Amino acid sequence: MRFVIALPFLWLGIFFLLPFALVLAIALGTNAPDSVPPVELGIGLKSFTLLFTDDLYLAAWLTSLRIAATSTLVTLLFGYLMAYAIARAAPERRPLLLMLVVLPFWTSFLIRVYAWMGLLDENGLLNQFLRWSGIATDPGTILGTEWAVHLGIVYAYLPFMVLPLYAVLEKLDMSLLEAAADLGARPFAAFLTITLPLSLPGIVAGCLLVFIPAVGEFVIPDLLGGTDTLMIGKVLWDEFFTNADWPLASAVAICLLVLLAGPIALFQHQQARSLERRT
Amino acid sequence: MDDREDGPVSGAIVKIKGLTKRFGAVTAVDNVDLEVAPGELFALLGGSGCGKTTLLRLLAGFETPDAGRIFIDGQDMTGVPPHLRPVNMMFQSYALFPHMNVAENVGYGLRREGVAKAETTTRVADVLEQVRLADYAQRRPAQLSGGQRQRVALARALVKRPKILLLDEPLAALDRKLREGTRFELVRLQEQLGLTFVMVTHDQEEAMSMATRLAVMNAGRIAQVGTPHEVYERPTSRFVADFIGVANILKIEGGWLALRPEKIALSAERPGLANVVAGKIVDIAYEGDRSLYRIATDGAVMIVSTAPNLSHRRGDSVWLGWAADAGHPLDA
Repeated sequence: MRFVIALPFLWLGIFFLLPFALVLAIALGTNAPDSVPPVELGIGLKSFTLLFTDDLYLAAWLTSLRIAATSTLVTLLFGYLMAYAIARAAPERRPLLLMLVVLPFWTSFLIRVYAWMGLLDENGLLNQFLRWSGIATDPGTILGTEWAVHLGIVYAYLPFMVLPLYAVLEKLDMSLLEAAADLGARPFAAFLTITLPLSLPGIVAGCLLVFIPAVGEFVIPDLLGGTDTLMIGKVLWDEFFTNADWPLASAVAICLLVLLAGPIALFQHQQARSLERRT
Repeated sequence: MDDREDGPVSGAIVKIKGLTKRFGAVTAVDNVDLEVAPGELFALLGGSGCGKTTLLRLLAGFETPDAGRIFIDGQDMTGVPPHLRPVNMMFQSYALFPHMNVAENVGYGLRREGVAKAETTTRVADVLEQVRLADYAQRRPAQLSGGQRQRVALARALVKRPKILLLDEPLAALDRKLREGTRFELVRLQEQLGLTFVMVTHDQEEAMSMATRLAVMNAGRIAQVGTPHEVYERPTSRFVADFIGVANILKIEGGWLALRPEKIALSAERPGLANVVAGKIVDIAYEGDRSLYRIATDGAVMIVSTAPNLSHRRGDSVWLGWAADAGHPLDA
């Protein structure tokens, strides 16, 4: 019994706390390009001060937050519509519709992002279609812009939004909506006053599930975004692999974690509360 | 005795004509005609699946009829959505909004109407006073007992001052003790406010004790409409006679006779009544205020009810007798 309880803590200790301590140690060290590994351990805040003084990092932070926030909102809009439609579909059709939402997971994430490159490229399928149909003779290229990054994030994270929303909408007691209509609420007013507030736990859960990984997203901005789309995940990668500056890369990683600790705590709190309400 | 017939009610507030509703192959409501007078407490009574709830939902506008029309206060309700109908419903599950407190729940309908804030506050306070929930205005539904929730649901519908209040099994979710007290309270409120109530119930005792008139429903049709007294004393069919209370149904020349257990005299000696049958006691159920006997006669097992009487024993040979006008002949 005691072992079972200890297991998650052991797991957390070995695979989270220990690596985190290592990263922290590296972040406090100094860059030593000639040694292997390229770090000289010590206690210095040089990497952290650089992060807060160089505009590049602040800009990358803000871009990451902005892109994550806007694409989370767009995902929420589409996700809500999809979840609502599935929850209102005939019960025997719901499993199929849900499976279609999850189906893309059967293909590797990386391959699906590459597929978007093929679609959005200058001579990609989208532009070929636009030229062929005569809608645009000289269409611009979406690939390499922030639009492509947004598109990629919305596409990749949509299931994470749909599933928690579906879970709350499917449970919604339809007699509440009938009661609202009976008391004089038009359908849209009933949605705003009953459905929306009661699906708030799903909205919070879905948004955090999309927002948290989207802030640190690396693959999508790297493959679909251009050189001017500076997201923090990409900066981290560049510091580590291109500049081989381990302490700075580690400092970026730690700041990312601290920044996301807020939303993660919010998510945990909200999950615990909805668990409480159910019992 | 109330001699009102089931013909048209003058100045009816609800008029239902040829109403039919089908769900796939099932006809839930089958060509129903019905009228309810203003100020009535009208009960739709029947077993599960008889169509009584569907009829109520058709009145509220949650279902669309396949044929027929509903008039409320002379206004044709065809195509009128629920939010525009002058009726309010008290749901069997109460359907209270879990994210709003009692006052917000009750005020919901007034806010949708665009009633001014100050007036909403007064009207909510008044109606909460009426249902004795004034001290609970800030509570959430989850923090209330079943009986309190029921009264919130009632207050939420009443505050809109509907022409008709629809009640779907208003007492079914309450425990027995509370149910009986609430019965009288509902009747008191209905009389005090002078409202028309249309209530659905499967409990014949509830319908008999509360309703001014009731409709017994069977398989989507109305089997009989009348005052509780009429329906009990003069059932028109075997179904109604059997459904309302307990009845001995005897085969007589040209039809059937419904005979209530309390109309039969039980004695050890042969009584001097118009109809006399000999039998043997099969079972005795002592119920405190009365005794129920199952008595095997030549033709069938008959049920007889008497004042609590402990002198007869199981297996005794007894005589049953009833007056010439004790039974009520049935057509079908």
